[in-house]
Amino acid sequence: MKKKKSFLEFVSDNKFIHILLSIILGFLIGAIFLVIMRLSVGEAYGRLLKSITSVKGITYVIVYAVPYIVAGLSVAFSFKTGVFNIGAEGQFVVGSMAAAIVGIRLGTLPKPVLIILCFLAAMAVGALWGIIVAFLKTKWGINEVLSMIMFNWIAFYLSNFIAGLPGIKSDGSAEATQNISDNASMLFPKEFIKKMDFAPTANWGIFVAIVIMIVIYIIIDKTTLGYRLKAVGFNKNAAEYGGINVNGSIMTALAISGALAGLAGALQLMGMGGRISIFSSQEGFGFAGIVVALIGCSNPFGVFVAGLFYGWLMYGGSKLNLVGAPTQLINVIVGTVVFFIAISVIFSNLKYLFRKKG
Amino acid sequence: MANQYLDMSTPVIEMRDIVKRFGDFTANDGINLTVHKGEIHAILGENGAGKSTLMNQLYGLLKPTSGDILVNGKKVDMSTPRDAIAAGIGMVHQHFMLVQPFTVTENIVLGDEPVKGVTLDMDKARKNVVEISERYGLSIDPDAKIEDISVGMQQRVEILKALYRGADILILDEPTSSLTPQEIEELIKIMHNLTADGKSILLITHKLKEIKESADFCTIIRMGKYIGTVEVAQVDENDLASMMVGRKVTFKVDKPEQEPGKVVLDVKDLRGVDYRGVEILKGLNLQVHAGEIVGIAGIDGNGQTELVEIITGLRKGTSGDVTINGTSVFNKPPAYGFEHGVSSIPADRQKHGLVLEFSIEDNLILQNYEKEPFSSGGILQRQKIFEHATQSIETYDIRPKQSEKRPAGTLSGGNQQKVIIAREVQNDKDLLIAVNPTRGLDVGAIEYVHKYIVEQRNKGKAVLLVSFELDEIMSLSDVIDVIFDGSIITTIPGKEADENYLGLMMAGGKKE
Repeated sequence: MKKKKSFLEFVSDNKFIHILLSIILGFLIGAIFLVIMRLSVGEAYGRLLKSITSVKGITYVIVYAVPYIVAGLSVAFSFKTGVFNIGAEGQFVVGSMAAAIVGIRLGTLPKPVLIILCFLAAMAVGALWGIIVAFLKTKWGINEVLSMIMFNWIAFYLSNFIAGLPGIKSDGSAEATQNISDNASMLFPKEFIKKMDFAPTANWGIFVAIVIMIVIYIIIDKTTLGYRLKAVGFNKNAAEYGGINVNGSIMTALAISGALAGLAGALQLMGMGGRISIFSSQEGFGFAGIVVALIGCSNPFGVFVAGLFYGWLMYGGSKLNLVGAPTQLINVIVGTVVFFIAISVIFSNLKYLFRKKG
Repeated sequence: MANQYLDMSTPVIEMRDIVKRFGDFTANDGINLTVHKGEIHAILGENGAGKSTLMNQLYGLLKPTSGDILVNGKKVDMSTPRDAIAAGIGMVHQHFMLVQPFTVTENIVLGDEPVKGVTLDMDKARKNVVEISERYGLSIDPDAKIEDISVGMQQRVEILKALYRGADILILDEPTSSLTPQEIEELIKIMHNLTADGKSILLITHKLKEIKESADFCTIIRMGKYIGTVEVAQVDENDLASMMVGRKVTFKVDKPEQEPGKVVLDVKDLRGVDYRGVEILKGLNLQVHAGEIVGIAGIDGNGQTELVEIITGLRKGTSGDVTINGTSVFNKPPAYGFEHGVSSIPADRQKHGLVLEFSIEDNLILQNYEKEPFSSGGILQRQKIFEHATQSIETYDIRPKQSEKRPAGTLSGGNQQKVIIAREVQNDKDLLIAVNPTRGLDVGAIEYVHKYIVEQRNKGKAVLLVSFELDEIMSLSDVIDVIFDGSIITTIPGKEADENYLGLMMAGGKKE
């Protein structure tokens, strides 16, 4: 007898619908908070929507989204290969700092050379940050989640320390590094931005993100490297039995993931920030990468769209105070969305429980 | 053997027209079952036929979608195992549920302990346990810890647990899967002692021989449907097998006489430790020639696992040597052994054999993904991989068809095993190691697996077969090596094998 699928089964079988539903629920719960605070839901959400009705707004969203997309690709890659790169935050920070050092100290190099050097430095240091953790895991079995969280803090204080060093620190009173050289900046030419009425920080970063998205898609789906890393990620026993070097694969996976997070840091610096402040708390780009990877189902194209969505919330959210709504509302929405996406694990486990017997 | 204790006028369990659905999947489709006082009733069916689902409904672990369950003529509603226990039903699961550091007595009374005031009355508990065990001839040591006793005794503890709770009806789920022949014989004796006392037994199994030896009636289930109930004395094993799978099954393995060739696998004075660091291989010697199947008979835990892991490179040995065609592969990584001629069907197909999340086509290239034609220049050649899978699915009868892109985890156990066999056989290596290659498979799939193993031998490959199924060892092997306590204690030609003698040797008996 054919029975119609239950609603829950339909939702958990169809990832896209499930994520869309989670997003809608996120906004609904956000609306409840707005009502509790006696604020107009229409006005607040209207403001969010209005933020992308202009060319300027759209370019802002894209600028905001670039680091989230690349950090999201970093975490998504780690998910696909069976390690949970919660250390993207630290890799982002050290990557960003490496790019800053190169961008400040070697500022006289020609633009294309300097930009590529900044990228390479950020990726190398990010990869190193990942490899150290992978080494601790494979050599002594140290849980990677714990060491990554600690490495996030090491990265944070290291960045603050370097930012205060002579030769790096700003000459003015600002608690930040000097600005990176114009030759390291990825901003579009000023006149072009003005003519097109783009956001003032409009930059080339989005094209780098697109290239990285395609490269990651190819690595995961089309190459023997991706095959090996995924095999280890899904079942390291079978991979080892099949002759794959498991420890080497874990190192490679975390190195690639770390390099991407480092690159995300460089893109944020070279596209938007221009310098690195001495922070009082972690900025959270790497953690946002986890959210973006989750919303994008760890699929490179999905992550790209999720990164744009996240960038929109961050940009649009910053305008909420114009209508008297707290910007933290965005965190409520994002938190709810992630919560409902995470529930899918429960859905599918329930289904599994019922199917398995027999 | 006629059972004079069987009382056909007193049904103790009736399951009427039981239907159980999970979503749109029907696991039980109108099953009828009647068990009488003093009866041993076997439930026979392939994997996934719905045997466990049926028993789980009787034991209150699942609720039927429709149908009635009657115990002693009264309709009962089994919502939890508690209800089943109250109705006098006890279940011994395939995987024992015992607390390892506790004693036998402590395990048996756990959850139903006799008390004196507020303290445990262990003396009384021990007395009760000894009394029940003597009554049914279940020999146990009430003071031994579970971790120190044999699998056979652990099973007797499980049976005692059910009896202690007043069970009149016992469900035994695949009770013989890890027992020696002697232990199986003893279990059958115990079952008869129980029925002599008016107890009834439901025996879930796919071993036809044991049904013939012990059961009075047998109910056959195929793909969730009730096929029928037969009086065991009236049918033979072939009848049972064909009712179970729905077609004729041959048990005879067609194995032509053949002179073995040169030595392929040579294991010399191998020593090694287990996961705890305790020495488990104590100078083991073993040879397998081309064109011969060498069967390793032995009880689990005598070093088989470690032996295979060392040969395949998953574990390092402490001393000795392992050579393939004269090349040492001792303490080399798995890929090295593979390059030099080792292929294997691992004991745990889901842990070692397959990446369940990977598609079938990807699983089929697990060792060869970096080689032509499956990849070139680091890029996977999807078209070639797909064609390879299509051809393998056809040749090795992997079902369902057109399943190249399906995750391996969605296949049945037998078909998962076919994927591994397709991969390992096509690797075309000189040595094939097969560890419990038919564990958990039904007769149809077993027949198939055996056919391929013998085919490899006929093609001149060396085959090392490690199995806890003595029947399998005896029907396939050209040479049988008995492993005990980390070394081979006797080697006999397969044709001369005798079950009792092998069983004795597996238990460590000395050759007289």
